[in-house]
Amino acid sequence: MTKRLQARRLDGIDHNPWVEFVKLASEADVVNLGQGFPDFPPPDFAVEAFQHAVSGDFMLNQYTKAFVIIIEPFFDCYEPMTLMAGGRPVFVSLKPSPNQDGELDSSSSWQLDPTELASKFTSRTKALILNTPNNPLGKVFSRAELELVASLCQQHDVVCITDEVYQWLVYDGCQHVSIATLPGMWERTLTIGSAGKTFSATGWKVGWVLGPDSLLKHLRTMHQNSIFHCPTQAQAAVAQSFEREQLHFGQPSSYFVQLPQAIQRCRDHMIQSLKSVGLRPVIPQGSYFLITDISEFKSKMPNLPGAADEPYDRRFVKWMIKNKGLMAIPVSIFCSVPHQELFDHYIRFCFMKDESTLRAMDKKLQKWKDELRP
Amino acid sequence: MFLARGRLCTLGSRPKFLKTICASKILGLSTSAKMSLKFKNAKRIEGLDSNVWIEFTKLAADPSVVNLGQGLPDISPPVYVKEELSKIAAIDSLNQYTRGFGHPSLVKALSCLYEKFYQNQINPNKEILVTVGAYGSLFNAIQGLIDEGDEVIVIVPFYDCYEPMVRMAGAIPVFIPLRSVYTKEELQVIADLCIKYDTLCISDEVYEWLVYTGNKHFKIATFPGMWERTITIGSAGKTFSVTGWKLGWSIGPKHLIKHLQTVQQNTVYTCATPLQEALAQALWIDIKRMDDPECYFNSLPKELEVKRNRMVHLLESVGLKPIVPDGGYFIIADVSLLDTDLSDMKNSNEPYDYKFVKWMTKNKKLSAIPVSAFCNAETKLQFEKFVRFCFIKKDSTLDAAEEIIKAWSRLKF
Repeated sequence: MTKRLQARRLDGIDHNPWVEFVKLASEADVVNLGQGFPDFPPPDFAVEAFQHAVSGDFMLNQYTKAFVIIIEPFFDCYEPMTLMAGGRPVFVSLKPSPNQDGELDSSSSWQLDPTELASKFTSRTKALILNTPNNPLGKVFSRAELELVASLCQQHDVVCITDEVYQWLVYDGCQHVSIATLPGMWERTLTIGSAGKTFSATGWKVGWVLGPDSLLKHLRTMHQNSIFHCPTQAQAAVAQSFEREQLHFGQPSSYFVQLPQAIQRCRDHMIQSLKSVGLRPVIPQGSYFLITDISEFKSKMPNLPGAADEPYDRRFVKWMIKNKGLMAIPVSIFCSVPHQELFDHYIRFCFMKDESTLRAMDKKLQKWKDELRP
Repeated sequence: MFLARGRLCTLGSRPKFLKTICASKILGLSTSAKMSLKFKNAKRIEGLDSNVWIEFTKLAADPSVVNLGQGLPDISPPVYVKEELSKIAAIDSLNQYTRGFGHPSLVKALSCLYEKFYQNQINPNKEILVTVGAYGSLFNAIQGLIDEGDEVIVIVPFYDCYEPMVRMAGAIPVFIPLRSVYTKEELQVIADLCIKYDTLCISDEVYEWLVYTGNKHFKIATFPGMWERTITIGSAGKTFSVTGWKLGWSIGPKHLIKHLQTVQQNTVYTCATPLQEALAQALWIDIKRMDDPECYFNSLPKELEVKRNRMVHLLESVGLKPIVPDGGYFIIADVSLLDTDLSDMKNSNEPYDYKFVKWMTKNKKLSAIPVSAFCNAETKLQFEKFVRFCFIKKDSTLDAAEEIIKAWSRLKF
């Protein structure tokens, strides 16, 4: 073939960090606290719903030079998806306002500067992508913060795409607020949810979007001209799982009550363990991730092996996999290239893991701690 | 063989055919008018919102209608296929994410199966991509390889999604009507042209196993000079009669597949894990017995050939002239011979076959799909007397269809 093969819309988006890091995790003998998937089973009722769906009615085997503001750090796919659509991402960073008292920071202390945020909106801004609870930070946007975003979206007539896949995973009595419920927002908001995160079944690959018909009709057109359907049985299983939850909603027996309680314990366990080796985790209000400041290691071991301009956190993670048998994800992959330096002293751990995985993590951390002693 | 397979070739961009669709945004309007402009759809989906499946599936949803429309098997999938999925649903790790470009055991099984046909090793990681249905493969191939302004040859009649997918990529479909079946010689002509004009070929072979006596399926990618420029698409739904699993695959050289992988990683990222594992297990069962009559790749076409012959006979017996398919699970027939009075059907701008199918669904409780849905605007008139019937249906469905058709013909004569 003599001519260029790939479409121009793929320029600059062919590299994907997950492909690299998932491969690393499979090659090394590591405790995998990297990619965000539970290593414990989905709840019994969800598994039963899927089994029922796959063994029931056999017919279930049959036939689912605009600007986009992206808040950093962001789930990495938002940027390439925006580029692939020919849009231009405009980044605005959450910034920490560190504690003076030496205590660990909370994700709530990472905030947007209202003036800076407002300055990013122009007449050509088409959409803003919000993610709450946030991956990788675990921040749960407060009502006041959402009201700020909402007022700017309304003032500039912008569509809000809000990724709320972790909506059920909030801790310490924190409240998840859907921006679509704020006045003036329903007609301009697309709210995204995920069965994988709701029912701890990431392999089912069922998600959904809620919004006004005037916006959804365009998503339906895309859908019918791309994949057209989603797998039937997985959808039937998700439907049944929600029906079960509706009967238990708000009660102690609800999975949406039990899961965050259980995962909060995992979060707290991980925070204590990480502190013991001099890492400084940021306490997340939600999601299944936390980020950890590795500045001390950066100053003590600045020259870890890696490519010439490879951000420090990526080199650190690879070193940690090789030497400490622990896997995490470098936070700079959740940032735009020009801002990677601001975040290259953070790594992300996933605590949505079975007790046995967390105990294995403790063993590795204990060994690491012993090696640190002079 | 009409609708069992459609083919796409691209001829690359030629300046004289370039059309740029521009919609200029007008500034300075009042807020409400400005709002309606911003909330308007992206240009890429302009004019692509109507869809024959959505329209006709709704019509056929009435349970009293005998549905020979959408290609939806109502026969049971093979027992072992369902059993595999049932077993796998209980395995914890298989409810979580798997490899984005294809679950390892599945791409290995696909590689093993197709190596027998390509007579070459197929790298499971670099030369195979698992997608959300064959639709997903078509989408990835078109988005990954076709640019705005490119020309794409589409052979008419065609599976309806090819045209909107090509337009959505900003490319220009060039329609060429089919005049004969896909003999080896005709495929060679297509191959020669693709090589001469340095063109890619996207070959949709979802019905590859459904070929009837006296016919053979040829893979254009196996012709000399074609492997390096062809993406071949397959489907679990059509292979194992499980359309609801929505798993498909693309096979091709790594210098092309890698671009489909880029689209995948920036769209769905990965396909459902338990379904992929179950599909892998089902494939292994049949790979081990390819020459056995019990192998589903052999038993299904045998079963369907009987149904095909039954449908042909039925349609002929009432004076319709069906076109006997050599493969696939559809049959088309010229219904104008029934001379039905459609004057009370509203929307007289619609082609004859659209009106006919709606009338037939409402009045005869039998549904089908109008063949002009598989044509571009210019060729719709050529095919508007034809209607497509699906025969991958259980006997009781075909019995019910037979009763309706026989009663109908008694009324006329």
